[in-house]
Amino acid sequence: MENDFNKQAIERVQTARHPSRPYALDIFSSIFENFVEIHGDRRYADDPALVCGFAMLGDEEVVVVGQQKGRDTNQRRLRNFGMPKPEGYRKALRVMKLAEKFKRPILSFIDTPGAYPGIDAEERGQAEAIAFNLREMAGLKVPIIVVVIGEGGSGGALAIGIGDKVLMMENSVYSVISPEGCAAILWKDAGQSARAAECLRLTAPDLLRYELIDEIIPEHSVWVVDRKEADSDSESSFDSIGENLKQILQRNLEELNKMDENQRMKNRYNKFRKMGAWIG
Amino acid sequence: MSWFSRKKPKLEEQVSDEERKVKTEGIFVKCVECESPLYRRELKESFQVCTHCDYHFRFFARERLDTLFDNGEYEKLDEEVISGDPLEFVDTKPYKDRVEAAKKSSGLPEAIVSGKGTIGGHLVYAGAMDMGFIGGSMGSAVGEKITRLIERAIEKRGAVIVFSASGGARMQEGTFSLMQMAKISSALAILHDARLPFISVLTDPTTGGVTASFAMLGDVIIAEPKALIGFAGPRVIEQTIRQKLPKGFQRSEFLLEHGMVDMVVDRRKMRDTIIRLLNFMMNEETAK
Ligand SMILES: [Zn+2]
Repeated sequence: MENDFNKQAIERVQTARHPSRPYALDIFSSIFENFVEIHGDRRYADDPALVCGFAMLGDEEVVVVGQQKGRDTNQRRLRNFGMPKPEGYRKALRVMKLAEKFKRPILSFIDTPGAYPGIDAEERGQAEAIAFNLREMAGLKVPIIVVVIGEGGSGGALAIGIGDKVLMMENSVYSVISPEGCAAILWKDAGQSARAAECLRLTAPDLLRYELIDEIIPEHSVWVVDRKEADSDSESSFDSIGENLKQILQRNLEELNKMDENQRMKNRYNKFRKMGAWIG
Repeated sequence: MSWFSRKKPKLEEQVSDEERKVKTEGIFVKCVECESPLYRRELKESFQVCTHCDYHFRFFARERLDTLFDNGEYEKLDEEVISGDPLEFVDTKPYKDRVEAAKKSSGLPEAIVSGKGTIGGHLVYAGAMDMGFIGGSMGSAVGEKITRLIERAIEKRGAVIVFSASGGARMQEGTFSLMQMAKISSALAILHDARLPFISVLTDPTTGGVTASFAMLGDVIIAEPKALIGFAGPRVIEQTIRQKLPKGFQRSEFLLEHGMVDMVVDRRKMRDTIIRLLNFMMNEETAK
């Protein structure tokens, strides 16, 4: 499985969604130190599907945000399958504004099937919450590094996805729509999801090729939290991949910290500005 | 079948996409809401709004701009910018063919047309989306055209107005489409800092990635009456929560009640309302 860039897209989707993969909180507690969680949007509620807090990466204070899924039935329900509601996105922005106030960089971890599609979420302005985050993150004056660790599900992922660097774990995916949703609409047949996954070009190698992301974080073995489930020849795959992720974050952060603020802001704008494939 | 005669299903379930647009043949059109016969000419003069019940038919993007600018005069912008096919996407037919078919049937180069002109004497860069072009979906070309509008407005200190009518991001351009949300919102951040106005007008329907980016970022957000506006589509929500949605859910009036839009404005009063807003927002003091 080593650096298998030819892996079928649908296999990547399945791997990205696998419940034994590390979630945001697993990463917070493993590669960061002194994580302290910050709760609530101060407007309506605390959304357990999006976790935020302060942490230390090595000896640097950072803000971390990320969508959080659950492993067992209770956790899944609590975390709403990693689908944030407006209050989750508003909490994330509140905490990111704290990062700006105290001049600390932001590390954002994406892992969601999408923003929650429900009556309450619509009533409280799901679209507005996402849109506002996009505009405000574009203007945050501190360095932002985004990592897609599992599922990058459309607008609900992008809502914490504007940054100076966008990285993807080798087996993560990032897409405008789920393969199942795409298949249901375009083929009128959810059974065509493997084909849809292929067509959507949602894998990390594809997106790097299109220059929609900056870097891939390799997964030399199966990336699982529970060591018993890891490859026999790589007992501590979580630790080794995690350590690698940590180093890559530190390298990118060092680069961004050195940069002049105006230059960094200009680069962030240009990075998204050039995305697109049009004629004329 | 039950013993009572079934009432005609309500509008939402009943009206197909085809019916919402005025058919292009015949002198008469029947209103889909109140069933009154309407002269085609009369309907055109009333901006495709029923003169009996105020039902808003879908408006064509070109007509939208023609009736917006002072004296109907404006400079068309970026007509040459059209979709690429970065993923070489093929579902039941190739994306390329879908684009060609859309161009033919809609007479438009893309799902948005844009132009520059004056409204009430104010310099405005405006775009209007059209459901007739692949469901008004936003791909790279739409994203590029809107971003250019915003960048020009920043440079020349004009206002930006976008009329949305869209099912969301265009699937056939995958993550490229998704990133248009980021691109446009980043440009709007600069427009905002430059103290220049963005008026967002939501028309039927505005959903998905369009709502979740620029459409909800207006300094003032106007909705046309009874337009469907939301992040998730009603069908997706029903499948998720496994229950029927309340009546009027995700319609303009519902959004007004929940504080998500500033006003619901009849299309026939749209231009006057926009001029009123621009008079307030276009402040020479902010240019300093
Ligand atoms: Zn009528």
